[in-house]
Amino acid sequence: MIKADRVVTSICPYCGVGCTLQLHVKDDFIFKVTTPFDSPVNHGNLCVKGRFGYDYIYHPKRVTTPLIRKTKQEAGKRTQAFDLSEWREVSWVEALDYVADRLVEIYKRDGSDAMAVYCCAKATNEDNYLLQKMYRALFRTNNVDHCTRLCHAGSVVALQQAVGSSAMSNTASQVVLNDVFIVTGSNTSENHPIIALQMKEAVQKHSAKMIVVDPRRIDLVDMAEMWLPLKPGTNVPVFSAMAHVIVKENLVNHEFIADRTEGYQEFVESLEKFTPEYAEELSGVPADDIRKAARLYANAKNGAIYWGMGISQLSHGTASALALIHLAFLTGHIGRDGTGLNPLRGQNNVQGASDMGAMPFHYPGYMRVDDPAHRAKWEKTWNIEAGGLSLKLGLTTTEILGHAHEGGIRALYIMGENPMMSEPNLNETRKHMGQLEFLVAQDIFINESGAFADVFLPATPFAEKDGTFSNTDRRVQRVRVAQPPRGKSRPDWQIICDLALRIESRLGVATSKWDYANPEEVLREMGGVNSDYAGITYDRIDKVGLIYPVPDLTHPGTPTLFKESFPRGRGKFHILDYVPVREQADDEYPFILTTGRLLEHWHGGSMTRNSALNEIYPEARVEMHPADAEIHGIRDGDAVKVQSRRGEIVVRATVTEKTTVGVVFLPWHFAEAAANLLTNDALDPQALIPEFKACAVQVFPARESDLPNPENVLVRGRY
Amino acid sequence: MTITLSMDGKEIRADEGKTLLEAARESGVDIPTICFHEATTANALCRICVVEVEGQRVLQPACIVKAAGNMKVQTRSEKVIRARRTILEMLASSMDLSEAPEIQQMMKEYGADTGRFPDAQRRESEVKDDNPMFIRDYSKCLLCWRCVQVCADDAQYTFAINFDGRGYETQIGTFFDKAIPETSCVMCGQCVGVCPTGALKPKREYLLEQGLSAGEISVMNTGRKQRKAK
Repeated sequence: MIKADRVVTSICPYCGVGCTLQLHVKDDFIFKVTTPFDSPVNHGNLCVKGRFGYDYIYHPKRVTTPLIRKTKQEAGKRTQAFDLSEWREVSWVEALDYVADRLVEIYKRDGSDAMAVYCCAKATNEDNYLLQKMYRALFRTNNVDHCTRLCHAGSVVALQQAVGSSAMSNTASQVVLNDVFIVTGSNTSENHPIIALQMKEAVQKHSAKMIVVDPRRIDLVDMAEMWLPLKPGTNVPVFSAMAHVIVKENLVNHEFIADRTEGYQEFVESLEKFTPEYAEELSGVPADDIRKAARLYANAKNGAIYWGMGISQLSHGTASALALIHLAFLTGHIGRDGTGLNPLRGQNNVQGASDMGAMPFHYPGYMRVDDPAHRAKWEKTWNIEAGGLSLKLGLTTTEILGHAHEGGIRALYIMGENPMMSEPNLNETRKHMGQLEFLVAQDIFINESGAFADVFLPATPFAEKDGTFSNTDRRVQRVRVAQPPRGKSRPDWQIICDLALRIESRLGVATSKWDYANPEEVLREMGGVNSDYAGITYDRIDKVGLIYPVPDLTHPGTPTLFKESFPRGRGKFHILDYVPVREQADDEYPFILTTGRLLEHWHGGSMTRNSALNEIYPEARVEMHPADAEIHGIRDGDAVKVQSRRGEIVVRATVTEKTTVGVVFLPWHFAEAAANLLTNDALDPQALIPEFKACAVQVFPARESDLPNPENVLVRGRY
Repeated sequence: MTITLSMDGKEIRADEGKTLLEAARESGVDIPTICFHEATTANALCRICVVEVEGQRVLQPACIVKAAGNMKVQTRSEKVIRARRTILEMLASSMDLSEAPEIQQMMKEYGADTGRFPDAQRRESEVKDDNPMFIRDYSKCLLCWRCVQVCADDAQYTFAINFDGRGYETQIGTFFDKAIPETSCVMCGQCVGVCPTGALKPKREYLLEQGLSAGEISVMNTGRKQRKAK
């Protein structure tokens, strides 16, 4: 038996559930992870990533020394350097001086609009707060964004418009209080495994009825009361038809509508056209199933809706989320325990990074940057002259790269993100990356994006830094150092503060304060302005996290939002139209490709592809329905080429009824067969989120030798 | 509703519906458990929690028997102690308890003689090392059923493992004895989390025990080509 030197309690760095981890450390090596059975979020349960997927920390490819490219990179001729031989190991002083020199040079020459930064939903609240502060306070730009743009931007905008807040309204552990709940656009078992357990428990032990609305026959369908297999991108007609039924059959909660909402009459008129038959024509879901689902949800005592990227990652992602919000308004299934509108957030700290203002339109606490009153508060906090901060809305993630050209964005700072995997239409992204004049990567591995960089700053993973993560249900929890930083790597917050001081001295400006003794001081500074976090101290969340809003030091936290009213006052109905996905299947590209994640992998793969997790799921597979496969002469395990108008990849096929006829599915974690080479960069007009969930593709038989790594063969019996 | 019963001659109160074990723990009476775990459904498999209930012919497992009004319970009678000691001696004679410190402690407390059944057939099996996440060493398995329960409807609803074989040949196994990656297992490790005897163990902990260094473990499984040379 190995006796641990210490057992450190921290929070899982993978998904938004925010499970408690106990890291068992021996000689600065984590050899085991357990979790307490009384943990409020996960009740002693973990998934494969949380329990076993931390070994990337020790992977030999992890970079732990600052690096500068040997060959000076120029705009237009920028190349990728994965191999360490193309980099020079340097000291921190040299690396940070070089970054400060180059950033200040470009800023002085081209101004604020040339500067941009990607914050990171994997990093802590403190890291993100500091990085957005650095760009806003020193470079006076709001070109600050992170991957939230690529995941729930549609949901965030919809919720902001309709209720005035953008997080989950209820906690995930309230699933067991639902008696009917809708899961849509979320393969919860793979993407939020612990919430899926609670959903299964609700069905099996508390007799709840689950309605799954998804183009794929996901694992949860096994326990669902109903499965509505809609065609990708037909959310608006399906959910509006449910609203139509609720209104026509008078299942409406009139009291709630009268007291808490506005725009009902106009909305009801706009529903006329959304008959279940019309929705059936567009979505393929039988009209009677839509009626039955509407009745089930409307007649529930406690109804709730949980959704994922299948709602938001569409060129009408905002409208899709609004269609869901309407259902909650019509029935009053919001503002009570066991009800609610619950977008399941992807990353461990995507909620927190958004709360910290790592977004182009908002300061921390969702304060609009174009509101001078908000600006004044941050100018005071950051010791900046009145009127010094920019009122101009910044560019979003996808726009930042789209503007990488002469006269646009010249310098980009990437903390932890990997746009070369996560952006749609990667061939375009590649061109944009090449156009940058200066690129900094602050990460733990040289990933597909960092390989383009001029400078690599080695940061630390979650187990080597202190801070906080805010999970999907707004619970702010402590992340703790389990082992010292490996090599010369440093926690992100320290790197940022050191760099900011260097930039300030080159700019010759008064300091905005960067000499924090510890991350808690950072959180307290932010909480001094952002009232949601005002009552959160490290002491108070030492054992159990607090669910914000926590407006003062004695406030117990707020598990259920909107009990009395919505932040915008009344909930607002919006009039929706059906907008088809931008690219429809046709003779040339007869399948609709939808993308998503796998249980064993994480996003761009920086972590999980450098882990034993890669052993249990080593290759991308395209899922195809048996009927489609037969027509195209494709058998299970055959190599196939998947081609869209933008790119092509070669992968093996999995022939399975998990997907529906006409729809193929690809996970997007695999650089050697990157699904995002195929996806469409069409954007939602309001949220500017790309349409990852639907594009037209063709699938051809290919040769085994065309596979990028034919020797990697997936052997898995799981769902 | 609250009921009153007698435990070791002392009056205690408990909510109706509570088990004897819960009633005892709430009143500060110690009853040992092995197979019982707060996160799994109690099954009364190991019988270490037996108590003597007046009027009952045989000893009663406290983890599943409900407390009832006016019950007279002895948790430390001679009969109870002897039963517990025998259970521990039988466990020690047939399986490897070297990584079950709590059970070893109980053996000391009950004066269990590890050599009482010298001719017992030991339940031995090879370490099953068929996936990169955890190993299964059923020589250390006491068949508490916790792993099967958390894999089923006590937590994960995955149903990848179950009892295999009958009687003394019983072992925990996958269906058709398939390797873990080929089963419905999602490798959540809930089973590892509840194993009381070290029969289920993270692979990295196991490798460290086998004498590999952290450095050697860290370079394992890193050989896969991740990117075709451009």
